[in-house]
Amino acid sequence: MSEPRHLLSIDDLDRAGIERILDRAASFAEVAGREIKKVPALRGRTVVNLFYEASTRTSSSFELAAKRLSADVVSIRAASSSVTKGESLKDTVQTLTAYDPAAIVIRSPHAGAAQLVARWTDAAVVNAGDGKHEHPTQALLDVYTLRRRLGALDGKRIWIVGDVLHSRVARSNILALLRMGAEVTVSGPPTLIPRGIEALGCQVAPTLDRLEEADVVYVLRMQNERMHEAFVPSLREYAARYQVNAARLRPHQLLMHPGPVNRGVELSGDAIDSPQALIAQQVEAGVVVRMAVLYELLAHGPAGPGEAAALEAAPEAVAAA
Amino acid sequence: MNVQRLFHAPAAPAELLIRGAHALDPRTGLDGPHDVLVRDGAIAQLGAPGSLPAPDGADVVEGEGLHLFPAFFDPHVHLRTPGQEHKETLVTGTAAAAAGGYCGIVAMPNTSPTLDDASGLRALIAQAEHDAKVPVGFMPAITRGLAGTDLTEMAELRDAGALGFTDDGRPVVSAGMLRRALQYQRLCGGVLALHEEDPSLSGHGVMHEGAVSARLGMEGIPSISESTMVARDAALAAYEQGRVHFQHLSCVESVEALAAWKAAGAQVSGEASPHHLTLTDDAVLSLDSRFKMNPPLRTEADRQALIAGLRDGTIECIATDHAPHARHEKEVPFEEAPMGVTGLETAFPVIYTDLVLPGVLPLGLVVERMTAGAALLDLPTPQIAVDAPANLVLLDLGAEWEVGARGYASKSENSCFEGRTLRGVVRLTVAAGGVVHRTPIEVAA
Repeated sequence: MSEPRHLLSIDDLDRAGIERILDRAASFAEVAGREIKKVPALRGRTVVNLFYEASTRTSSSFELAAKRLSADVVSIRAASSSVTKGESLKDTVQTLTAYDPAAIVIRSPHAGAAQLVARWTDAAVVNAGDGKHEHPTQALLDVYTLRRRLGALDGKRIWIVGDVLHSRVARSNILALLRMGAEVTVSGPPTLIPRGIEALGCQVAPTLDRLEEADVVYVLRMQNERMHEAFVPSLREYAARYQVNAARLRPHQLLMHPGPVNRGVELSGDAIDSPQALIAQQVEAGVVVRMAVLYELLAHGPAGPGEAAALEAAPEAVAAA
Repeated sequence: MNVQRLFHAPAAPAELLIRGAHALDPRTGLDGPHDVLVRDGAIAQLGAPGSLPAPDGADVVEGEGLHLFPAFFDPHVHLRTPGQEHKETLVTGTAAAAAGGYCGIVAMPNTSPTLDDASGLRALIAQAEHDAKVPVGFMPAITRGLAGTDLTEMAELRDAGALGFTDDGRPVVSAGMLRRALQYQRLCGGVLALHEEDPSLSGHGVMHEGAVSARLGMEGIPSISESTMVARDAALAAYEQGRVHFQHLSCVESVEALAAWKAAGAQVSGEASPHHLTLTDDAVLSLDSRFKMNPPLRTEADRQALIAGLRDGTIECIATDHAPHARHEKEVPFEEAPMGVTGLETAFPVIYTDLVLPGVLPLGLVVERMTAGAALLDLPTPQIAVDAPANLVLLDLGAEWEVGARGYASKSENSCFEGRTLRGVVRLTVAAGGVVHRTPIEVAA
């Protein structure tokens, strides 16, 4: 498990593997503080971003991460590609493989899409979200953000609140946080908590009555369409029972959200804007963690450049400076 | 009126002496090495090993060390004809049946167009009389277009050769509709075979609802979507004194409902598939679409309940629900893939390897359950008895083979056992008196 070829699921990483990526991300964070933010680690190599779903922060942060590692980046969105002409995922991947990419980053509305892509290409595959299954880089950046704030997560109590049923972020976070030694409780309307979720090792709380126990409150996005599907009778009732707001939040608690936020639904404005909220830090962590993931999969190991090279400024960037 | 209900291409009647194979027919009590002589396509004589002389022109098969059973009968397969011949045809589907040791299979009507009128049935029968290696029976739809709103012309269909009726692939959602079909059954006969699923509970589910679907974030099909319909339809059958057969049972609650209604005197029967008897939803963790079928693979407790039901007779027979799909249709993300797996070529070997060899089920019981589907549809049961038509399968239970290593007789390759090493190689299949499959004994180099 120490040297995975792909990042398809948090299950591809043990605790040491997660820590190695987070430590690497921390070293890239130093680079990010410099005026020239680029390093030459992946110079001459190609990273393909293949996004079958709308995404702002994930796609832009993967693109930026690859560029800061000096890779050539091709970003493909479903709406502007032959995908809309009915080309199968397999044919698309085989076409892209002709460009000899070092990595393919894939976002898909279907569970297991990243696994399939890994079967069809020699490139390293990074799962940027597959259906309601997993979103491992989101979980890594969340753990990174929390570790920076809290240090080790052993014994920390983390509540994940909201629509767990439809959330790949929840699933990857449950796995990653448990692996890091945290205690995880999921809470939300019983219609939005999947039957059998406790088998992952988390607790289930049907109400927020014990929310004060939490060290960290991780709030999930509540999508409007869930109301039309009758998972909740109304967003009004949902907000009354499950909205995390200043009244429910204790001063010692940290607040997280994967974005984009439905202000006034799952989170109140006062909670979002409170100093307890780490939402901006999560976005910031996205780039360095995704740099670290690409670096670990592509540049690390015997063939890749060594430790020092990773943090050197790219020659062209130096020249430009 | 004596209507023919199984159809196949004409084949030369076998003239065959199978020498010294261990003949096992649980219904006649036959269980030991015998010579079996087949003349003009019928079993002519049984004798002690080595006692029967080979008549002139008879083909002699050395059966020592091999097992001879009545050939299997599958009440539930999809031959995809007409309309989806890229998945399976009558030629390839019956070749798969022959390779699996079957002497009879029953094709489901969810074709394109749906098999729901007598002219369609007559055309398919004519095609089977030309193409089918192994006898095939047809079950037209209960409702036109499988839409659940209008009965098919069941009486005319029965006269044209329909074995029974089913909307397989879909449930008969409306209880009132099924009640009409049960009432009409009194006029025309024919079992109603039911795919049980309450769509308001199964929704867009793609796998069993439980810990694995929670882990994978995939929409689940809860067990109760099946079992509540089994209970409802058994009650309807009892009320109308009709006869229903429950297809591909998959969960504890369904087996319990079936047992309860049998005890209450309802004319109900059930089948289980080799995949539900040997696999659980843990297999779906691979995200491999070859483990996607409806009903889905469920939990170990469900699997054990099916085995117990098969053992105690609550579940009468093993049926494959052979459901071929083309490679490109299955090579997509799990949620997008069509439901269904092939089964005819692996059914007996997988049951033998996973359930008989470890001592879970006795061999004789498995042979009985692999052949019992015929009687459920009012057809003669294949048997090893003098004067019976020759319906025989000769197997090497000691030989191993790797599923898929040499391809498949089926046109499709969506086997959930691909790559598994199984015990039990079919050496010879005789169906309706003709030799339909023969595997040469390999000589080690």
